[in-house]
Amino acid sequence: MKLHEYQARDILERFGLPVTGGGVATTPEEARRLAEQIGGKVVIKAQVQVGGRGKAGGVKLADTPEEAEAVARQILGMDIKGLTVEKVLVAEAITYDKEIYLSAILDRATKRIVMIASAEGGVEIEEVAKTNPEAILKLAADPLLGLQQYQAMELAFDIGLKDGKQARQFARIAMGIFKIFKDTDASLVEINPLVIRADGTLQALDSKILLDDSALFRHPDFESLRDTAGEPAAELQARESGITFIKLDGDIGCMVNGAGLAMATMDVVKMYGGEPANFLDIGGGANAQKVASALNIILSDANVKAVLINIFGGITRGDEVAKGIVAALGQISRQVPLVVRLVGTNAEEGARILADANLIPASSLGEAAQKVVEVARGV
Amino acid sequence: MSILVDKNTRLLVQGITGNEGTFHTRAMLAYGTNVVAGVTPGRGGQMAVDGKVPVFNTVREAVKATGANVSWIAVPAELNATDPILEAVDAGIPLIISLAEGIPANDMVATYEVVRRSGARLIGPNCPGLLTPGQAKVGIIPGHIATSGPVGVVSKSGTLTYEAVDALTRLGLGQSTIVGIGGDPIIGTSFIDVLELFQADDETKAIVLIGEIGGTAEQEAAAFIKANVSKPVVSFIAGQTAPPGKRMGHAGAIISGGEGTAQEKIAALEAVGVRVAKLPTDIAQLVKEQLG
Repeated sequence: MKLHEYQARDILERFGLPVTGGGVATTPEEARRLAEQIGGKVVIKAQVQVGGRGKAGGVKLADTPEEAEAVARQILGMDIKGLTVEKVLVAEAITYDKEIYLSAILDRATKRIVMIASAEGGVEIEEVAKTNPEAILKLAADPLLGLQQYQAMELAFDIGLKDGKQARQFARIAMGIFKIFKDTDASLVEINPLVIRADGTLQALDSKILLDDSALFRHPDFESLRDTAGEPAAELQARESGITFIKLDGDIGCMVNGAGLAMATMDVVKMYGGEPANFLDIGGGANAQKVASALNIILSDANVKAVLINIFGGITRGDEVAKGIVAALGQISRQVPLVVRLVGTNAEEGARILADANLIPASSLGEAAQKVVEVARGV
Repeated sequence: MSILVDKNTRLLVQGITGNEGTFHTRAMLAYGTNVVAGVTPGRGGQMAVDGKVPVFNTVREAVKATGANVSWIAVPAELNATDPILEAVDAGIPLIISLAEGIPANDMVATYEVVRRSGARLIGPNCPGLLTPGQAKVGIIPGHIATSGPVGVVSKSGTLTYEAVDALTRLGLGQSTIVGIGGDPIIGTSFIDVLELFQADDETKAIVLIGEIGGTAEQEAAAFIKANVSKPVVSFIAGQTAPPGKRMGHAGAIISGGEGTAQEKIAALEAVGVRVAKLPTDIAQLVKEQLG
């Protein structure tokens, strides 16, 4: 789960890291009041979960509370890459001398939590990583003991902080990021930029936190942080049913078990000239109820003209899938052609259950894709 | 020959009395796998799976009584699935396979380190397991789709592997061993580890490597193949037409040096001479061409 900037900022603040003062507003009036409280110059930032907000006009400065209100009025409701801005962060606008970069990330390759730091922070950090990789430092935390103080200090001096006091502050922030990473079960905690002010102190201007979805069960309080505004209703419903669903623009619904096979099924549908309406993975060991929910979610998309069900049973049992399809057929209001390919564990039992249902059977993935594209075109 | 599991496998199933444990143990027994013991705390002394497998309270007891040398863990992630992994390590089991889907990645960071320091091998979590056709099925890979032969299969994906294996079998190309390593962020055994084993295995004449978008394991595999693998490798990468996913901030790209797209992975593999199939159904044909 990806947090908004203001939510990440709140967590940083809770862990005692230096963030800029301010708050979040949903109306221009609230933005003005926040600007009054902060006093002086403020920055108004659109809270949408896409990159390139600044370039899209979603980040602006305001000198007075009146101007803050006017700027917030412009930004709220603005469309940035398909997302409507519903909240803005109003924060103290500060001056600084230099931008640095600091993050903690789960590194699949080393199977460790790795700290990344660079003296060349800011929006061009990925460009720096490509053109000047030596400017990016990486340091793995011990998987059992965690990040050590000396490592954080080493990182500080290695990115060129010379003043001892400043290096100590940097190390405190790095240790703080690591603690946030562990305590919140994040997969990424990033501060970019972390700025050096004229008096030599460091402050976090923008931050990102990504939480590990697999660990959310032990952080029930984070559920309230979830922003469902930008999420289609069907995706919401799918998540509640334990199904991974991503809506796409095509007209062929896909229900598959396993993410890899689901992606490969979409690849094959495209290869035969069709356009998938969604990615849907019913997961391992899905029961009849889950299959029925999945079919209903797919059919809630009015664009869907035909559905391809591709199940290769391992932990998922063909008979359970078949029961789910039959159950769903009894509940749905809209009839579209269903092409079903069922192989693997208990596939024969499944085929018997489906024998009387009005379905189009297929034995191979290629055949299934070809048939579903044909019937979708015929409708 | 084969890799990791065979006729000498003495399998222990942790969580044997649960639904998944019972169902799949029954299938493993039917396949001919030597399942010697099960563990469910509090059920010690009972017989599980139609009275065929003795149940023990702890892994240590089970190992002592039966000489189990591989453990398959069917305990779901909700029940703290790193605990049975650590229990198996502590009891000295050298090969541990975890089915659990949804273990928090941070838990796996520490767990993997304990496994690594012990010298044991962990496969998964969130993986379908292993199958050496005609010898041993450890996990949930359907046995009937496989047949014995010269192709080693290693895959991140579960069901997509079945698709590829099924196609190989239909073309008359049997498999030495099929290894599902799982697609979680932190897994015990990587592509590279399995490639090394297949390269050293006399029976394996060609290798199928099935990857998917995300991470850089396929790029690392490509580098390893260039330096260490002389056998022909055929690959498929799922997600070639997937819309660009949600990005992991800047750090994801910095740490991996790329975005983990199918195109990047395919380019890396093709650059070292790996034949990459456009469709999963084409994998078998490419293997056939490679084996002449």
